[in-house]
Amino acid sequence: MTPRPTSHRDEALNATKLRVAERRQSLLVLALTLPAIIAVFLVIVIPVGWLFSLSFLDSNGELSLVNYEKMIAYKSYLRVFKTTFNVSFLTTFLCIVIGYPLAYFLSQIPRKYVGLFMLTVLLPFWTSLLVRTYAWLVMLQRNGLINNFAIDLGIWDAPVKLAHNLNGTLIGMVHIMLPFLVLPLYAAMRRIDRHALQAAANLGATPVQAFWQIFVPLSLPGVVAGSLIVFVLCLGFYVTPAVLGGGKVILVSMQITAILEDQFNWGAASALGVVLLVSTFAVLLVASRFLKLDSVMFGRR
Amino acid sequence: MTSDTAASLSISVTELTKTYGKIFALNRVSIDVKAGEFLTLLGPSGSGKTTLLMAIAGFNRPDSGRICFGDEDVTVLPPHKRGVGMVFQNYALFPHMSVFENVAFPLKLRKIPAEEKRQRVTEALRTVQLSDFAERGIDQLSGGQRQRVALARAFVFGPKILLMDEPLSALDKKLREEMQIELKQLHRQLGVTTVYVTHDQREALTMSDRIAIIDHGELTQIGTPREIYNAPANHFVASFIGESSFFPLTKDKSGALQYAGVTVGEVPNGATHDNWTLVIRPERLSLHAPKTSKINDKIYFSGEITELVYQGETAIVMMVMADGHSLTARMNTRAGNDVDSLMGGQNLLVGIDKKDVIIIPGEAS
Repeated sequence: MTPRPTSHRDEALNATKLRVAERRQSLLVLALTLPAIIAVFLVIVIPVGWLFSLSFLDSNGELSLVNYEKMIAYKSYLRVFKTTFNVSFLTTFLCIVIGYPLAYFLSQIPRKYVGLFMLTVLLPFWTSLLVRTYAWLVMLQRNGLINNFAIDLGIWDAPVKLAHNLNGTLIGMVHIMLPFLVLPLYAAMRRIDRHALQAAANLGATPVQAFWQIFVPLSLPGVVAGSLIVFVLCLGFYVTPAVLGGGKVILVSMQITAILEDQFNWGAASALGVVLLVSTFAVLLVASRFLKLDSVMFGRR
Repeated sequence: MTSDTAASLSISVTELTKTYGKIFALNRVSIDVKAGEFLTLLGPSGSGKTTLLMAIAGFNRPDSGRICFGDEDVTVLPPHKRGVGMVFQNYALFPHMSVFENVAFPLKLRKIPAEEKRQRVTEALRTVQLSDFAERGIDQLSGGQRQRVALARAFVFGPKILLMDEPLSALDKKLREEMQIELKQLHRQLGVTTVYVTHDQREALTMSDRIAIIDHGELTQIGTPREIYNAPANHFVASFIGESSFFPLTKDKSGALQYAGVTVGEVPNGATHDNWTLVIRPERLSLHAPKTSKINDKIYFSGEITELVYQGETAIVMMVMADGHSLTARMNTRAGNDVDSLMGGQNLLVGIDKKDVIIIPGEAS
């Protein structure tokens, strides 16, 4: 058979028609995503851009870096950021310590009981944040439930300071953040192939060895995913630390409120917001490096 | 591999019973696997064959019974102390480790020195033809390669018993057939006692020294592939292996068994069954024109062709007998058989060698 002579004028069968159909389809897809793109633009891009531009204006509305210069000049700002990251790290760490065994337990029991136990994690999650925070205050304060019980039982003699300090802040925050760690971690643990652990046992691993050498490494992507969510949420958390910290633990979010309420200084508040946003992105960037490393280690999916 | 003095251990399963609720997954199953033997547990899904394998591996605890490896009673021994190698159906490789680390895992647990570990892993990978893949991640391997890694990992630590749970079921047909031969060669090379679970009768026939047929949690028959195929113990075995036709037999006063007035055999000595069934293997038949002269060593039935299926090396000829029973013949398509001249509706004489006649107790269903 001789090859059919082709020139660019002599087009292949239906090539134009098919190309047009292809283009029409991609236009349609674009048209369908347009509402979402517009919504994102209106709700996220414009406000953040506005915030960003505000931070570069001084009190007279002139372009200047005064808001950022003040942040460097006053040590208190640095301290607030330090506290914010400290509290976020500690909360994330405590969430892992408490959440990992919980997620492990949930992943090991038969599926039909998971709903019941998951409810204990989710029920508080569904109730008002403010209600939970004040409930903790009731329990933790000087004459609160915990102190009264402990003193009645003779565990300690004088009331222990549980609220209005770092302790209270952490207890409240860990309780509220726990579901954000447990849910992705549980999902990751459920995905671990039960047979991989059987294989480990078959190859001579004791249950403890199988847990540390197979289960834990395979659950790490879930730990990383959950920790990131918790950490980022903590960085901007306001209600719980404000109530349970009793003014002793000042986070960036509280500082922003203070500036707005006391000085009505939008520029300074915006600058704080921008720095918090940038540092959050920095954390995510570092973490994504780490995550990429993970996906190489654990497979693409 | 290292040539151990005793490279393999026998397995002795005695009256093993396991129930799930009221259902017997295993009902007083006793099987002896000889040292170095390749035994296949064959049965349909849900027959209990995997339950039995998992009990041997130690992953499920039977309700009663005994499992011995050699002279050692391992019935209550946890899986990590049994020292058997196992290949799982979905391979169960460790996705966070490289090929090398996967295969080295059992050696690492046994605290084998680094140099020897490297040597043994390299040798195991060479045995399964994956020498160039040691540093690959598991997600960079094809199904067949994963299969080989799982295999290397299962034998690298020199287990005396190797268990395989439908290891080839996820592979495509061509690769599966290649791997069957490779597994068989590997078994010969390692000399390790192997228990292999499959629901694929052809795979069982291809690979096994002996086949144990399991149905509804009970051991139905155990024997070499030839014994199982040529002398099935009952209807289940006969229908599960091969694509046979079944004809009910009538017994006359002298004890001769007949079908359509033709005597096909006699009731075996001492047998007390009332009903008997004739089993006909499709490839053991010959087709003749209705008026052909008959040979003494053969018996003949007449029937009509209902369907012809051409499959390349063979053709399936479906027929219906005078009493309505259907018969399947599989003919080689060589010119001498004249398969191409057959047509639906044609009347033929079907011949079968008397030695190829299989008679089993029970009714034809």
